[in-house]
Amino acid sequence: MTAENIIEVENLTKIYGQFYANDHLNFSVKKGEIFGFLGANGAGKTTAIRILCGLSKPSGGKITVAGFNVYNQTEQIKRNIGYMSQKFSLYDDLTVKENIEFYGGIYGLNNKTLRQKTSDLLQKLDLTDKQNFLIKDIPLGWKQRLAFSIAIIHDPQIVFLDEPTGGVDPITRRHFWDLIYEAAFSGITIFVTTHYMDEAEYCDRVSIMVDGKIIALDSPDNLKNTYQVDTMNEVFLKLARQKIN
Amino acid sequence: MKAFKGFVIKEFYHIFRDYRTMLILFGIPIAQVILFGYIITTEINEAGVAVLDNSKDAVTREIQNQMLASGFFKITAQLSSETEIESIFRKGIAKEVIVFGANFEENLRKGEGSDLQIVADASDANVANLLVSYTTAIVQNYNRQQMADMQIPMQIEPRVRMYYNPELKGVYFFVPGIMSVILMLISAMMTSVSIAREKEMGNMEILLVSPLRPIQIIIGKLMPYFLLSFVNAVSVISLGWLVFDVPVNGSIVLLLAESMLFITLALSLGLLISSVAASQQVAMFISMLGLMLPTILLSGFIYPTENMPLWLELISYAMPPKYYIIIAKDIMLKGVGLRYLWPETLVLLGMTLFFLIVASKKFKIRLS
Repeated sequence: MTAENIIEVENLTKIYGQFYANDHLNFSVKKGEIFGFLGANGAGKTTAIRILCGLSKPSGGKITVAGFNVYNQTEQIKRNIGYMSQKFSLYDDLTVKENIEFYGGIYGLNNKTLRQKTSDLLQKLDLTDKQNFLIKDIPLGWKQRLAFSIAIIHDPQIVFLDEPTGGVDPITRRHFWDLIYEAAFSGITIFVTTHYMDEAEYCDRVSIMVDGKIIALDSPDNLKNTYQVDTMNEVFLKLARQKIN
Repeated sequence: MKAFKGFVIKEFYHIFRDYRTMLILFGIPIAQVILFGYIITTEINEAGVAVLDNSKDAVTREIQNQMLASGFFKITAQLSSETEIESIFRKGIAKEVIVFGANFEENLRKGEGSDLQIVADASDANVANLLVSYTTAIVQNYNRQQMADMQIPMQIEPRVRMYYNPELKGVYFFVPGIMSVILMLISAMMTSVSIAREKEMGNMEILLVSPLRPIQIIIGKLMPYFLLSFVNAVSVISLGWLVFDVPVNGSIVLLLAESMLFITLALSLGLLISSVAASQQVAMFISMLGLMLPTILLSGFIYPTENMPLWLELISYAMPPKYYIIIAKDIMLKGVGLRYLWPETLVLLGMTLFFLIVASKKFKIRLS
């Protein structure tokens, strides 16, 4: 592993029976980078992200995350990553504060740190006067921002976001991305999957996956130049069409 | 450890904030005990009985008197012909008709055997069953007295033979059964639903990505329900004792220890269900169909397994509540100790280990 690559993936393969969910993926993610992992539904994004998080074992390949391999060092990996999934991950029947304390607790933060973090976080998200509200009573956009902040409450090296902004409007997404930039600025590597192409524009580099294979990997600007189009959406369409033909 | 503590606290928040959960946890046990208790005690209190006495002699009068004296029956009609029986049932005047044959006393003394028929309204099979049993018992009791007094052989042989509860009090029999149902319901259903909920809402993934170990997640999930189930076991026993005078003749410590064993068994079943169920509905459905119904129907709780067809009786041996009911009943009513109950205890212990191992294996497989 070179010093600046925090995720290194060589020939990652995941086979279910005859089906290649991930077909020899090769990529690396630099420390502090915002890495977009794009692909249509069913392209194999979630399978790959689950392997990188240590939730699922790959069928083959050499994969290291934060310097640990995903075969037998998943415990160490878990301590160094944060995770937020497309399905909602806060507890509806717990208050804002209780959710923060619960997740801080399972990551082993001590009481003093946890108290400090909780009040910082409430302040940053402007939720101090809503800290005793149940999660189900606050709007979706706030919930997602809170979920993200909780996913990085233990200062992980990398945070994996699996379609974090599903179901919200572009303005709320923009707010969400402000938080992502802030986290990236503080040195946390962001690994994000999405199918919103406006979000792809915000990434430092993106990979595009079709049918279990990565078919393009570069910065959004370079990709647009290569394919001579104006938006990431067109890049995506062009690649998808190319694949069909 | 701190992480684990936080997890358990969170589980309690879930339980205490959801009024439906609270209702199931604490409302159902109390309602079940009260309902079952009163239904069973009232249905044999002063049940209406009609008599068709073709003999009208001292013996038939005495048998009727004994039935009245038992407090279970109330004679609501005297019939004069068999044709009236059906209309009596239809009108709901009586649930049982007792038919004494002609020359009842005379035949009895001659040693020819007397004709006694018990006709029950079997549209409510359970009530009919009980009424017939009680009538039979009273007649046999009378017969026994006669044998002793007059040295005549047992001659009144009522034509119905059914299962009979010698305590003559249904609620005694029901408390252990209700305990098994409640512990099954709360332990297995509630845990499986609560784990399925974590999966459904996507929280399970977050927990699995966190440094919490799977075993901590499992135990953290099971512990609150273990505690609450135990509280329930204690409250059902106390309720039975306070409201229905159901005694605990044996060791209460042993009874509680056996209950804990049964709770653990039910919890591991819940864990097993949750590992195959992807949603709360599915978990609920499997628990209801796979656990509740067999618990009620095949455990000997309501229907004695001895009367079942052989294949059903064999299946009933695989039902954990069967053993728990035997244990609880024997401790509470007969007051026996572990010396007599070790085979059942051993079976429960074996089942618990088996399900626990299978469940945690399954849980782990799902992770990889």
